[in-house]
Amino acid sequence: MTVRAGVFAFTSCEGCSLITLEVEDRLLEILGRVEFVNFREAIDDKSDDYDIAFIDGAITREHEVGELMKIRERAAILVAMGACAVQGGLYFLKEYHEPGETLAYVYGDKAGQFDTMPVRPVSQYVKVDHSLYGCPIDKREFVEVVTALLSGRRPNIPDYPVCNECRMSENICVFERGLACMGPVTRAGCGAICPSRHVGCFGCRGMVDKPALDQHRAVLTERGLTEEEITARYRMFNGHWGSAHEKP
Amino acid sequence: MKNLDIKVEHVTRVEGHGNIVVKVRDGRVEDARLDIVESPRFFEVMLQGRSWQEASWITSRICGICAVTHSTASLKATEDAFGIVPSAQTVLLRKLLLDGEYIQSHVLHVYFLVAPDLLGVGSVVPLAGTHIEVVRMALRLKKLGNDLCALVGGRHVHPVAMKVNGFTSLPEPAGLASARERLVAARADLDATVELFKTLRIPAFTRETEYLSLKGVDEYPLYDGDMMSSDGYVFKPRGYLESIKETVVPPSSAKHVAARRDSYMVGALARFNNNHGLLHKRAKAVADAVGLSAPCHNPFMINVAQLVETVHCVEHAAETIDMLLGSGMSVEVSDVRPIAGRGVGVVEAPRGTLYHDYTYGADGMITGANCIIPTGQNLANIEADMQGILPGLLGGTEADVAQTLKMLVRAYDPCISCATHSIEVVFDRG
Ligand code: SF4
Ligand code: SF4
Repeated sequence: MTVRAGVFAFTSCEGCSLITLEVEDRLLEILGRVEFVNFREAIDDKSDDYDIAFIDGAITREHEVGELMKIRERAAILVAMGACAVQGGLYFLKEYHEPGETLAYVYGDKAGQFDTMPVRPVSQYVKVDHSLYGCPIDKREFVEVVTALLSGRRPNIPDYPVCNECRMSENICVFERGLACMGPVTRAGCGAICPSRHVGCFGCRGMVDKPALDQHRAVLTERGLTEEEITARYRMFNGHWGSAHEKP
Repeated sequence: MKNLDIKVEHVTRVEGHGNIVVKVRDGRVEDARLDIVESPRFFEVMLQGRSWQEASWITSRICGICAVTHSTASLKATEDAFGIVPSAQTVLLRKLLLDGEYIQSHVLHVYFLVAPDLLGVGSVVPLAGTHIEVVRMALRLKKLGNDLCALVGGRHVHPVAMKVNGFTSLPEPAGLASARERLVAARADLDATVELFKTLRIPAFTRETEYLSLKGVDEYPLYDGDMMSSDGYVFKPRGYLESIKETVVPPSSAKHVAARRDSYMVGALARFNNNHGLLHKRAKAVADAVGLSAPCHNPFMINVAQLVETVHCVEHAAETIDMLLGSGMSVEVSDVRPIAGRGVGVVEAPRGTLYHDYTYGADGMITGANCIIPTGQNLANIEADMQGILPGLLGGTEADVAQTLKMLVRAYDPCISCATHSIEVVFDRG
């Protein structure tokens, strides 16, 4: 069976779209089963007839909402791809600044000519069937979602924290190296790529369904992080979702 | 054709959203623009109040294709602000990462986004049907670039191991050695690509312009150096604001960038024109073989220059690995002490010169930021090329004119999501 798919980028760095081309080893095989009929970054066709829509990016402007709704109407399955689409992602950081100041800083005296809308995840406006987490998404997980959808099963996406993957890789916990880590509350699936390179997890894959927030904050505090530093960590990738989890 | 209105919305096979707008009246070109309609993301604002450790993590997300270069420019800006000079080992590893990024970015552009035009098919998908060997070769080369980035930086899109004054962990020597073998083996694919390029018909069009790039001393410069113009002046990265100016061009509010003329070019062809003498001898031989010689004023040759640079980067990466393995890598202490002040980091991204400029408070928090992106710098030049090429095209059909303009825009490899780190274009659909 082959399916028709579209890849659509909204407000993003298009890194996640790019990852779909980075599965070099599997690309020809995937192209044999998935017909990309709309993928502005890579192809000319702009068909409106597709079964699966992959969405990369957050929604930050009025016209994007309309486009997204049209895509939702046409696609049987909608996959949100990456931290921007799933959580609002890193670009949500602008929401912690006054909108007026944001515009003035960038446009100076021309600020009045522009408007800006709050950064929102795709799920704010339409139903999302599956999510690919991470900034960027993990290419193995992309292949997993594609193969699962082709065979009509649910994709296998972890709902356990990154710590589990660290243990599987026998990493020395970065807390032992004196670094802070979002791993205990962050959804695994990245293979603990950051801790494996001696970097504390930044939480780009968003939180597990039931994060142990109080314990995590307590650990970070114990390690000497101030309340502001903890908040900065929590805000980095968790966007809209992170702010909802934030303590007042 | 006396009157012509072309609006190509959301040009395909470029990174980001851009529209071409052309208006011809009585055979006279009244308007020829590339409008950027990507949503603004306000990076300069997002950076404010964030710490020096996070800056490169945040700015890497400006662009998924040149994430390594953004990270590099960001780290250099912070080091410049804090008066840090990174070790020779750190510099070598960063250069190796840049080689990897150039290989993957240029290969993606040349094979996936441009070759379909030159081979007369709509995209890489039909190309897989008509030229499967070309696609296999492209995938192998692209994977080599990605794997090199992953080896040194943890991954290509948004590297994890790059940090201020060093790396969080070092690549395994065995991994470097096997990457070296693959680099040497890639010569065969590159030779085949050169043969393919000899058969491609590159549109003939020339327009002399100003070329800006880093200036090399003993190496083809991607990582470091002063800035130079083909018009014969040089300037220090820190003084860039005196030499290049961002301006708002009514009625659109796209920030265009200009130096001493109305427009200039950055990117592979600009670097080639300014520094071709410093290319690896294999890259020079390829330039000769495919008919690229400096100074070249045909923007369609940017893609040929990208091929030449790919060959250079493959050789340079192999040599860099030799140096790293020869001297032996060691875990270094990376001391960072924030001080208040401003720092500028300039790097050559695959698409052209990239500037990151940060101001820090004494606590190591960013108080001000500015980033100037290659595509923003090329915008005025692309539009000047459109103006220049249009009169010669008006005898053809509207579809042909649109196709040539799209090819011209794609030749620049515009990375539009990058260019809109903060800008938005309001445009008049004429
Ligand atoms: S999630 Fe990250 S990699 Fe993906 S589009 Fe957003 S910024 Fe880019
Ligand atoms: S490094 Fe982070 S993800 Fe890994 S075990 Fe420690 S806290 Fe968990």
